Amino acid sequence: MRRLLAPVLVGIGGLALWELVVKAGRVAPFILPAPSAIWEQFWLSREVIWKTGLASGTNALVGLVAGAVLGILAAMAASRFRLLGEASIPVAAALNALPIIALAPILNNMFESTSSIPRRVVVAIVVFFPVFVNTLRGLRQVDPTHRELMESYAAGGWAFTRLVRLPGALPFVFTGLRQASSLAVIAAVVAEYFGGLQDGLGSRITSAAANTAYPRAWAFVVGACVLGLVFYAAALALERFATPWRRSA
Amino acid sequence: MTSAVELEGVGKVFNPGRADQVVALTGVDLTVESGQFVSLIGPSGCGKSTLLRLVADLVPPSEGTITVAGKPARKARLDQEYGIAFQQAGLFDWRTVQRNVELPLELRGASRAERRERAREMLDLVGLADFAKHYPPQLSGGMQQRVAIARALAVHPPLLLMDEPFGALDEMTRERLQDELLAICARTGTSTIFVTHSIPEAVYLSDRVVVMSPRPGRLTDVIDIDLGPRGETTRQSPGFFAGITKVRKALRAPSGVSA
Repeated sequence: MRRLLAPVLVGIGGLALWELVVKAGRVAPFILPAPSAIWEQFWLSREVIWKTGLASGTNALVGLVAGAVLGILAAMAASRFRLLGEASIPVAAALNALPIIALAPILNNMFESTSSIPRRVVVAIVVFFPVFVNTLRGLRQVDPTHRELMESYAAGGWAFTRLVRLPGALPFVFTGLRQASSLAVIAAVVAEYFGGLQDGLGSRITSAAANTAYPRAWAFVVGACVLGLVFYAAALALERFATPWRRSA
Repeated sequence: MTSAVELEGVGKVFNPGRADQVVALTGVDLTVESGQFVSLIGPSGCGKSTLLRLVADLVPPSEGTITVAGKPARKARLDQEYGIAFQQAGLFDWRTVQRNVELPLELRGASRAERRERAREMLDLVGLADFAKHYPPQLSGGMQQRVAIARALAVHPPLLLMDEPFGALDEMTRERLQDELLAICARTGTSTIFVTHSIPEAVYLSDRVVVMSPRPGRLTDVIDIDLGPRGETTRQSPGFFAGITKVRKALRAPSGVSA
């Protein structure tokens, strides 16, 4: 209860201060609208926000799952074959340095304008790196005692992977997934700024801003923020569910 | 009746033929009779842990033959003829206490019902039946080590190999676990090879204490201990102190003299 109280108080205080500064200072709405104006727009557009949020959320989820699965499989392959492991880190780093801004327009032109694939591919690429790097780190960390123990049991390679390597890497996988969950939403929203199918939160932010409807643009930003929090909380909940031994340690 | 472990002319050289070549062990002959408790003691670098790993077939010997339960060491490992415990309990954090104990049985292909029953029996033996559903990080160091012993004994192996299993524990926990270990070995008839660098621990636990010396690692002395059944008074008995003195003298003897 107390842990919850502090951030809530800080949040309310911040919003009140924001409102006060905008109202008293007569800040132009294209610079910063008041929270009350944003809330009003949020309420008015709630149905559109829900619908577009659902579209963006679906893109983020599909891309997140695809990118995470690929990242985990790639990390398993890289930890299994030494040469591949050594070669893969710089390649993955290069992939990570690749700005989605550079990629989105190209991908959008590669597919039809009614396709959701480009945005999902962008999400998958963004998600891949944190999942891959963290999983690989986890897979490489094997307790030497565990190694000797499994050898004394004459356990085979696959048994070792299944019983020791994978569960041992799980906390690392979830560290990667937690980072990736927020990134996935950001990527799904931002990818829409560069064309393609316009049914998500990103397109509404650009069109509202283009029409100088700033409080409405902000309302959709709030929607994107909520969506990001939902993804993060879901990743956190999944982590707690999947690694019960770390709960009460 | 075959002995539990037989070593003949065993030697181990790490990195042979290279600049960093190390002769870890040389000319080791040792027999552990069935049901016996034998400790290996010596300064660090004397190869006592290497010797244990040779018996466990975790490290291949450079020379000599190693027989465990009447079979070559490799065959004995594949047949799970021994259980092993290390200084680190080495429990799997992601498995409950019960499933940790079940692991060696699982790898052997035992049925779920059999695994469960055996785990229960082993946890009763080490007095942790109430903690079957806990995860290892929730247990104290001494409890974790007891789980590791339960796990080592789960397949009912005729031989127990232990590498300083109580080394990281406080003195009180240590003495209690020593008594528990002796009781378990007596009840199950398990032969034990126990690596330690504590003289009182070696004397208290063992039927025989094997004294080793380093550079190159070899056996320098074997001291028979006869204290009868251990009890509360054993640690204060003259025989106990006499044993300690004997082992200490053997450890101090200039290498090569007492062999």
